[in-house]
Amino acid sequence: MEIASFLIVFFMVRYIRTSLQTAVRFPEWERILVIVQYAASGLLAADVFLDSSITKWLWHLMLLGMVGAAYLLKEFRPVRNVWLAVGPYILVSLFKDIARLIDSDFYESISTVVEIAEVFTLVWLIATWVSTQRQQKALEKERLKRLQEEEQSRIIAGQNVMLEQLVAERTAELTRQKEELEQTLTELKATQDQLIQREKMASLGELTAGIAHEIQNPLNFVNNFSEVSVELIEELKEERRREDRDIELEEELLTDLTQNLQKITHHGKRADSIVKGMLQHSRTSTPQREPTDLNNLADEYLRLAYHGLRASDKSFNATLIMDFDEHLSKVSVVPQDMGRVLLNLFTNAFYATEQKRKTGLAGYQPTVQVSTKRLSDEQIEIRVRDNGCGIPKTVLNKIYQPFFTTKPTGQGTGLGLSLSYDIVTKGHGGALTVETEEGEFTEFIIQLPT
Amino acid sequence: MKVLVVDDETDVQILFEQRFRREIRAGELLFAFAHSGEKALAYLNEHPSEYVLILSDINMPGMSGLELLRLIKTSYPAPPPVVMMITAYGDSESYDQAMQLGADAFLTKPLDFTNLKEKLKSAL
Repeated sequence: MEIASFLIVFFMVRYIRTSLQTAVRFPEWERILVIVQYAASGLLAADVFLDSSITKWLWHLMLLGMVGAAYLLKEFRPVRNVWLAVGPYILVSLFKDIARLIDSDFYESISTVVEIAEVFTLVWLIATWVSTQRQQKALEKERLKRLQEEEQSRIIAGQNVMLEQLVAERTAELTRQKEELEQTLTELKATQDQLIQREKMASLGELTAGIAHEIQNPLNFVNNFSEVSVELIEELKEERRREDRDIELEEELLTDLTQNLQKITHHGKRADSIVKGMLQHSRTSTPQREPTDLNNLADEYLRLAYHGLRASDKSFNATLIMDFDEHLSKVSVVPQDMGRVLLNLFTNAFYATEQKRKTGLAGYQPTVQVSTKRLSDEQIEIRVRDNGCGIPKTVLNKIYQPFFTTKPTGQGTGLGLSLSYDIVTKGHGGALTVETEEGEFTEFIIQLPT
Repeated sequence: MKVLVVDDETDVQILFEQRFRREIRAGELLFAFAHSGEKALAYLNEHPSEYVLILSDINMPGMSGLELLRLIKTSYPAPPPVVMMITAYGDSESYDQAMQLGADAFLTKPLDFTNLKEKLKSAL
């Protein structure tokens, strides 16, 4: 039975070392266990060569020591159940040897039973060992699975962290882009405002020459009528000094004087209203709607546009036709805005006639016509017609687009009609339409609710 | 002497009538007024060879003063009368054009009536 004992010790030591991982966790026990292993090997050798009965007891001692240590020591708690497997064998073999020592006859009578019991305990031991091993394997499998799961969840957590970082980065990038876009939008809005302002200034530039001419005329009248009035007064004084006063002449002179003063006032006011119109045109603050005489407005801006062009191009000429509806009555509009629309339409009309004139058409008389008409109680109409080059069909649907212009680069902002369209439709709830035939005419029609 | 004044400003008539009241009363000068080049031509056709002096503004809607001058100088049947041009824009281009077309004088606004009177007298 020495081989069995040796194997039990050998496997028990191996079992304890591997399952407790003593090499790593309990180095001092590892040392002892290795010593035990060597001792077991030595004992086996002694058994073979010495054939002494002492070894038998040493085996019992070693086995008991092993099981006792496994059962009692705190560090060996996990392998405590080893006694369950080994215990029966130790007890039976110990009983066998003790019985043989005390009473060999008695032992002989029960030896068969004891031998069988010993075999059973060995079978029990192996069976227990196998089942433990199996359990161990299942546990190990479970542990590996858990480890794998832990590993997986750690990977997932890591991925989560990475994803969150990515999301944060993306969010930061998007926020940055959004801010950049907002900044760009603000800049665009500012640029748009500037462009509108520039367009206003450009049309003011077109106006300036016309305004200068328009102011010069009334001023000349003011000066002339003042001077002539002084002459009249001199004449009147002269007359009064004479013996035979001509009362009729004196009356005539006084009537003329009154008329002259009225003329001075009239032309003074005329210059005044032109300056006011000019100021209104360049004003940027939100303008108010007010009842406006559109006939006057159209007349004023047609002259301004005409003289403005005349001033910059001496050879330019056109027949102006004004056909105003006397029953138009005042319409509530923003005068400077509507003035800009009219100025723009007139300037375009003159430009169109000029383009046609440049083609050298014989007998061509450039004509620009403005007419007003009350359509109903709720609606009026202003038509601006020229017999110029007309608008080609291909560009007709683009004329209201901002920045669209047929003028050479640098000569037109391309905002005139776009702004006019906005002013008429959005600003006044009206409609701006066009009728045209290429090479023949263009007619813009403004319809406004009253 | 008969003078035809062509200007689109209607108040020019009152102004001239007052400025030349003494001459008009004395019968030295006789004025007629037209408010556009077209009307001036029509008036001249109705009163042929009556007018010896035409005073015309250059900048008028429709037929310009220069066009009127050209028509008078080229197609007016009677011996061309004296034509004086007036302009608010004292530019050399208009001046050259007016002179080339045969204008007898080139005046700029505001009109110097003393100067104009002398010119009219010398033209008489």
